[in-house]
Amino acid sequence: MSGEVDALYIFLLVVSGIMTVAIFLAVTVFAVKYRRRSPDEIPKPFAGSLLLETTWSVVPFLVMLVMCAWGAKVYFDNSVPPKGALEIYVVGHQWMWKLQHPEGQREINELHVPTGRPIKLTMATEDVIHSFFIPAFRIKKDVVPGRYSDIWFQATKPGNYHLFCAEYCGNSHSAMIGWIHVMEPADYERWLSGPGGMGSMASVGERLFQQMGCSTCHRFDVQGRCPNLTGLYGRSVELKDGRTVIANDSYIRESILNPKAKIVYGFDNIMPTFQGQISEEGVLQLIAYIKSLSKSDRGTNVQ
Amino acid sequence: MSATPLVNPNEQASIEKPNYLNAEHSIKSWLMTTDHKRIAILYLISITLFFFLGGLFAVLIRIELLTPVGDLVSSDMYNRLFTMHGIIMVFLFLVPSIPAVLGNFVIPMMIGARDLAFPKINLLSWYLYMAGGIFTLYAVVAGGVDTGWTFYTPYSSTYSNSYVLSAATGVFIAGFSSILTGLNFIVSIHKMRAPGLTWGKLPLFIWSLYGTSLIQVLGTPVLAITLTLLGIERFAHVGIFDPALGGDPVLFQHMFWFYSHPAVYIMILPGMGVVSEVVACFARKNVFGYGFVAGSSIAIAVLGFLVWGHHLFVSGQSIYAGMVFSVLSYFVAVPSAIKVFNWTATLHRGSISYDTPMLYAFGFIGLFTIGGLTGLFLASLGFDVHVTDTYFVIAHFHYVMVGGMVMAYLGGIHFWWPKISGRMYPEGWAKLAALTVFLGFNLTFFPQFILGYLGMPRRYHAYPPEFQVLNVMSTAGASILAVGYLMPLIYLIWSIKYGRRAPANPWGARGLEWETSSPPPTYNFEETPIVTEDTFKYSREEVEVV
Amino acid sequence: MSEATALKHQFDDLEQQKESSTMGMWIFLATEIMFFGGMFTAYTMYRYLYPEAFGEASRHMNVLVGTINTAVLICSSLTMALGVRAAQLGEKRMVTRLLLATMFLGLVFLALKGYEYHEHWVDQMAPGFNYAMVGQHPREIELLFCFYFIMTGMHALHMVIGECLLTHLVIQNHRGDFSAGYYSPVDVVGLYWHFVDLVWIFLFPLLYLIGQHVEK
Repeated sequence: MSGEVDALYIFLLVVSGIMTVAIFLAVTVFAVKYRRRSPDEIPKPFAGSLLLETTWSVVPFLVMLVMCAWGAKVYFDNSVPPKGALEIYVVGHQWMWKLQHPEGQREINELHVPTGRPIKLTMATEDVIHSFFIPAFRIKKDVVPGRYSDIWFQATKPGNYHLFCAEYCGNSHSAMIGWIHVMEPADYERWLSGPGGMGSMASVGERLFQQMGCSTCHRFDVQGRCPNLTGLYGRSVELKDGRTVIANDSYIRESILNPKAKIVYGFDNIMPTFQGQISEEGVLQLIAYIKSLSKSDRGTNVQ
Repeated sequence: MSATPLVNPNEQASIEKPNYLNAEHSIKSWLMTTDHKRIAILYLISITLFFFLGGLFAVLIRIELLTPVGDLVSSDMYNRLFTMHGIIMVFLFLVPSIPAVLGNFVIPMMIGARDLAFPKINLLSWYLYMAGGIFTLYAVVAGGVDTGWTFYTPYSSTYSNSYVLSAATGVFIAGFSSILTGLNFIVSIHKMRAPGLTWGKLPLFIWSLYGTSLIQVLGTPVLAITLTLLGIERFAHVGIFDPALGGDPVLFQHMFWFYSHPAVYIMILPGMGVVSEVVACFARKNVFGYGFVAGSSIAIAVLGFLVWGHHLFVSGQSIYAGMVFSVLSYFVAVPSAIKVFNWTATLHRGSISYDTPMLYAFGFIGLFTIGGLTGLFLASLGFDVHVTDTYFVIAHFHYVMVGGMVMAYLGGIHFWWPKISGRMYPEGWAKLAALTVFLGFNLTFFPQFILGYLGMPRRYHAYPPEFQVLNVMSTAGASILAVGYLMPLIYLIWSIKYGRRAPANPWGARGLEWETSSPPPTYNFEETPIVTEDTFKYSREEVEVV
Repeated sequence: MSEATALKHQFDDLEQQKESSTMGMWIFLATEIMFFGGMFTAYTMYRYLYPEAFGEASRHMNVLVGTINTAVLICSSLTMALGVRAAQLGEKRMVTRLLLATMFLGLVFLALKGYEYHEHWVDQMAPGFNYAMVGQHPREIELLFCFYFIMTGMHALHMVIGECLLTHLVIQNHRGDFSAGYYSPVDVVGLYWHFVDLVWIFLFPLLYLIGQHVEK
């Protein structure tokens, strides 16, 4: 990924370098060659040339279109995470990054990832806008309050890489930095099984689901007053107002924080809002739990 | 020796001839003046003060960044420093610099008018500018603002504990000064031209300021309403841009950049105008491709309104919107390129002298070329993701705004100084200063391109140690640059008293402003001039069409 | 004031002066369009995001007062236009009467607007200061009320400025500054007044009417 960006960079650099040298040379040569030799010298006037004007408008523009198309291609390729990526959850906070692995490991300002596997980060922020920036991987994405941002990368070489917050976020903005530790897959497995976990994200989410009382209405055995969440994740949901939405991270987040926004067909809105009662991390854990309900039939055994 | 008169003949001539400077002497005659030339002087003094204040903040920033750890000032102080540097330099120096000082001074003369269309409104703009400046200064003195000059929400509206409202009010009021200046220029250029001065004969400086004025008039009100909404949100704790209350912080960014991207062209177009005049004068040639250079000013002004989204490539706007804004950004590069090519072509077979204004023009062409071309890097989506919000962006816009606009501003000040003050500045010192500024500038900002590519984010108070070498170079350059900026301040002030008296047209330049005396009389011309020739006609020969 | 003294020093003749001030006002109005345009854009975006909430909020508006105000403003535009016509013809007393009528209608508008604001305040619908809305979408309705107060507030501010300009015109006219040959201040203030009316013509349907049909 950094290779593609660098190839584009080299192209931009070479083209601009040629242009810069050409203009510097032309200005210098003209300035020396046509320097004023006598005080009353009057050069011959020229009006201009349509041919020249057209040439130096059209040719650079065509070159620029190449820059544009190439840049867009790299951008498009990098904006869609591949399937089967390892998902890690990130919450930005004034002024730290909190990261959570699905297996339950939590980290602050540090992220351990294996080589050779695409990593997808789902990011939220508790307060202001932050921006997740790993210069070595040439990736950056603003984390905007009120929504999820995602970004992905695939590391190739083990090592430690800088993590920066790139969007100014207040007092200790420049301290909101950390390290990405890229490890061989085997080392990563060893690291995962080390201390630091509190159970997988989904199991933490399951506990939350009970604690917050979600399970009293969202039941799995019989049809409760609220929709059964088994197999919900990734499915399309028919809404009361006739629209259909895909149950993705953003949809579930919105339904927890602002349940009135999208009401499922056949149900009334009786759910209170959990805005202010649950942290962004908690929401991510609930989502991980709901997601796990689609992967196995574990959910039916609850209750 | 006994035959030597007590007063030298030049001196005597000026005593006999009344001009705008010696017409009246009271302080009231300056503060209540409606003469565009005196208002230009008021602006010159006030923006110079703000320039050096903003510069002082820049010096502190650069000294702080000498070492990787934050040791000179606290991080909170550092955030205030770069914010105040940005706000003062953008809104109180760059935006009014060439338009309000040089534009105010020469536009009426260039079009052969006695004054601008609305002299009282012109004075009102200066007062508004000062009022805006005072609000901003209040924010500085009271403790500063720490939001960055971009005022991004929700940080500015909810989280910041600094004087956001006062600074935003300052910017809001200064914005109205800018609107009224633009309005005055547009009407004057339309309605006040001397007989015979058709659109096709207008100096290119006028064309560039016409484009600038369009942006000032149409863009600034959007900034005004955006800051109003921000102020209301902060003051009344409602959720216009706050997601916790249903608002959208990215909407703020869209509205902010809808003004602030075109504003970048407010901060470069006038410089392009100055360079067109200077290049023609010191190459003694009409500007190559007059129509294209004039038209490109308007094209830049119009296209400049369509590219604001390229500041939001990583903010989560749709990737298709990103694509559209990327293409449009390349469109706006074309008219800028046309200008550079035409200036270069003007030099071809010219008769080029190396007077100080021309040195600044050379500097402008070189630095603007680099600034413009690195803009192409940033417009390329895939690459922008990596370098946006890093020092690459800082270097890019300083190349355009400082390498471009400030160079052109200094070039223009030197070019019209004989007209403004009636005195010549010391040429040797001026050349030395121009060279110092050029070298200091490059040493300051070129390393920042590399820093940005290596990944150093902007607005960092402390940074990883591997970036130190380049930061030290940058700080070294900044100290040279500071000397380069102080030199003109000293010798230009010196020249007011001790400089050689300037003739009406020291450069052999064309244009109506050179046909009246230096300094000009209060109403510019003894009688309204009638224009029969092209502005840039330096030769008696007919223009050859290639 | 005679026509000769009405000519300012920077102009060659009254024709140039009149054209300049008219053009200046048009450009100023373009500025105003961009100013209000920013608000309309933000409004449009949130309306698109929260159509039901905005529909619900518009049912809290006093459509009757809004309609009366619309009529009042349109009438004031008429008296203003007639005033400009009278100034063109040099009918001094008629100008005073029509300008005063315009001012009166403007004040009626502002008074009714103030009454509406008072109603909203009593109903606790003033975001940030006195807001206690319940209902299906309290957060979004608060947002709409923000826009309601900002947009109508900005409009009312422009009305107040218009009233000041009209007062100045009445004084000038009383002094006998205007004649059939020089009346451009009346013309220019007329342009401004019509613009402010026009803004209301957009605000009224957007804030009062557009959501009325949305089902509860």
